[in-house]
Amino acid sequence: MSTSSPAPKLPVSLVANPKLSSWVRFTDDGRVAISPGKVEIGQGIVTALAQIAADELDVEIGTIEMIRASTAISPNEGVTSGSLSVQQSGRALRQVCAEVRQRFLAVASERLGVDASQLDIDDGTISGPGNVRTSYWELMGEVSLDHDATAGPTAKGVARRTIAGHSVQRVDIPDKVFARPRFIHDFALPGLVHGRVLRPDLSGARLIALDEEAARTVPGLLAIVRDGGFAGVIADNEAAAEAALKALRKGATWSAGEPLPDEDDLAGFLKSQPVETTIIDTRMAGTACNPTQTLRRQYTRPYIAHASIAPSCAVAQWDGDRVHVWTHSQGVYLLRADLAIVLALPEDPIVVEHIEGAGCYGHNAADDVALDAVLLAKAASGRPVRVQWSRHDEMSHAPFGAAMAVEVEADLDADHEIVGWRHAIWSNGHVARPGRAAQPALLAASEIANPYPRMISTNPPAANGGGGDRNSVPLYDFPAWTITSHRLLTMPVRTSALRTLGGQGNVFAIESLLDEIAGLRGEDPIAFRLRHLRDERARDVISAAARRAGWKPQKQAGIGHGVGFARYKNTGAYCAAIAEIEGTNDIRVKRLTLAVDVGEAINPDGITNQIEGGAIQATSWVLKERVRFDRSRIISTSWTDYPILTFSEVPAVDVEIIQRPEIEPVGAGEAAHGPVTAAIANAVYDCLGVRVRDLPITRDRIVAAMERAP
Amino acid sequence: MPTIQFRLNGASTAVDADPDQTLLDVLRGQLGVTSTHFGCGAGECGACYVMVGDRAMASCDMPMWSIADKDVVTVEGLGTVGAPHPLQRAFIAEQAMQCGYCVSGILISAAALLKRNPSPTEAEVRAALDRNLCRCGSHNRMVRAVLRAAAEMAAS
Repeated sequence: MSTSSPAPKLPVSLVANPKLSSWVRFTDDGRVAISPGKVEIGQGIVTALAQIAADELDVEIGTIEMIRASTAISPNEGVTSGSLSVQQSGRALRQVCAEVRQRFLAVASERLGVDASQLDIDDGTISGPGNVRTSYWELMGEVSLDHDATAGPTAKGVARRTIAGHSVQRVDIPDKVFARPRFIHDFALPGLVHGRVLRPDLSGARLIALDEEAARTVPGLLAIVRDGGFAGVIADNEAAAEAALKALRKGATWSAGEPLPDEDDLAGFLKSQPVETTIIDTRMAGTACNPTQTLRRQYTRPYIAHASIAPSCAVAQWDGDRVHVWTHSQGVYLLRADLAIVLALPEDPIVVEHIEGAGCYGHNAADDVALDAVLLAKAASGRPVRVQWSRHDEMSHAPFGAAMAVEVEADLDADHEIVGWRHAIWSNGHVARPGRAAQPALLAASEIANPYPRMISTNPPAANGGGGDRNSVPLYDFPAWTITSHRLLTMPVRTSALRTLGGQGNVFAIESLLDEIAGLRGEDPIAFRLRHLRDERARDVISAAARRAGWKPQKQAGIGHGVGFARYKNTGAYCAAIAEIEGTNDIRVKRLTLAVDVGEAINPDGITNQIEGGAIQATSWVLKERVRFDRSRIISTSWTDYPILTFSEVPAVDVEIIQRPEIEPVGAGEAAHGPVTAAIANAVYDCLGVRVRDLPITRDRIVAAMERAP
Repeated sequence: MPTIQFRLNGASTAVDADPDQTLLDVLRGQLGVTSTHFGCGAGECGACYVMVGDRAMASCDMPMWSIADKDVVTVEGLGTVGAPHPLQRAFIAEQAMQCGYCVSGILISAAALLKRNPSPTEAEVRAALDRNLCRCGSHNRMVRAVLRAAAEMAAS
């Protein structure tokens, strides 16, 4: 027999970083240091990765010490984004730990004279028949981990995992409850000084003149830094830095800036710009079909702010021509690559180390403020400089999630069955992350004396989930479709990655129109969806959510129910959501019921937490959020102008996880946003009989939709 | 600069500060109390809340003169790992956060609520936390944690 199974493949992160010792180390104090390239951004990933490592190595989770990502020591896993961390880092760690375990067992077997298959490991102690024992730490001098990982060793089967697959308490939470500094904002270094950067109010304006006189008189000021259109201050305390910045602002002269679009006609703007057009997918009908009517609908979503509770912050310290940067960036290596371009330095003398920031929902200003700190710290004579953005700058200069206009045409036959489907997206690109191009993506790089052009956002390829087109290809079995993406080549409003990229807008459009068509047919919207889905996992989450929500509850005046479904990126987590809303004057979302399938759920409570959080954040986007601007500046620069959902507005959220331990895990952080958006919109229709196709669904929008309705 | 005296987490504290300087600045700067977080600088988000008497108040726009002789409590003063406040235990038990940046302010709002009203209803908890913003969507877990802490305090 010469048939052989294909060689087992190494996980992608291991192909890039094969050395075992770059992931796992046993320490002299009896612990295991696990060093992933992915970072904690409030999603609990560090705990899930610790669970996987603990399970494979047979140590207690408390024996694991998770090392923060740093370009000095960590495997390069690119960026922590796209709900890929469990998939990439988790898979790599599971493989690495399985091999490390096997290597130790081989040496222990020799040392103890017991066959490896007879040995057990309990919290790192290796024992066998006849009461023989040793441990990882006794053997660590004899077992070299300076080997490349092989695909040979197999990780434990599902049944033998005792930690992964079970809810455990997150490792970072005690620090946060007991006020032990963990955030970069609280990071202390000897001699730390404070920096602030001067940014324009007018969009795209450049600093052309600066009178520094008043700022120079501020007590505590250490330096004023100017590099072309980039200007900032360093002071020995935060209040002095703020005061100096205020004085500097009064002495600033700015160019006129660049006009912004009409916020009240986003679709008109998006559809009038030069674009790059891509056909994302087509499906040809096998048989001729004769539509009797075509529904044409347009859906929009506005620009959305990350609006993390903390403004972005970074610390930088120069030592000669070497610089150390502490950052809450999602990608330490990618940030380093951009810093190297701006500084015209090789990458080696730049060390970028991760420290947690507040919740990160995509490419926010973390990377921008890191360059700010590096530039200001040049003038600090070797002292570390901490730079923190203002709330105002966080809400106006950080990248936003891109606005979208989505036009969907559905061809229907005489029975209102879908026989053709065309989905076209107009949007800015959804990603302008650092470290991926020959030019830097960092804000200050466009301000310095020899400025780089502002990077125009692009879209990841469809194979990576796409960008504006994310989730635009239906999972339903329509006989024919054409999906087209138009990416804007202008970018008056700065955009980059925000949770789901285009997924939220596309799912909103698809699921809204499906609901409408089900209504035309007089068919239950859940039955209609199930009839058009072949994928059992998709059907299961919809059925589970329906069961849990008691679908469909009896119609009551003033109450509406709606459903939404998507598989994130069409390759990730399955999620179905059912919304119950109350619509009297304003829309109030009372309850969200969700079912989710992420494959193997490593930390079920962590998944539930992510889904709850995604559902609540999506509710906030749908009901309230919209970046406001006039023709010259962003005007939603405070919490008053950019309100988010509050405690008394938050719905009850009920989550069911469908555990599939035999299926490779995927992430959960972005699974809920699309389905929840659609579920709320469909519930609004159920309640009020009006389709609101422009987000956010506010009272004004409902009134406008009612006026348009026939 | 005048010396301003107040009680911080039960201890007499005297700082030389500009009376118009904010309490948040003094806490995080001179006093190295970092649980109290900057969020917006305008009293709109709750990340910087401290307890003054039995009220949760923003420290980012609170001038130092206004806290002279007052009792100020931050999370450092709520409890310790060895002797945690019931709220601290409950937030761990309910895994009541994602990023946790807003949590110190929310613990303070909740502690102030429980001082005034030891057995609040869920609606009262939500109302008491309404001035605290959470962006990660951990609201319901936090509400459950506050109710759990209240129940524990009532039982002890």
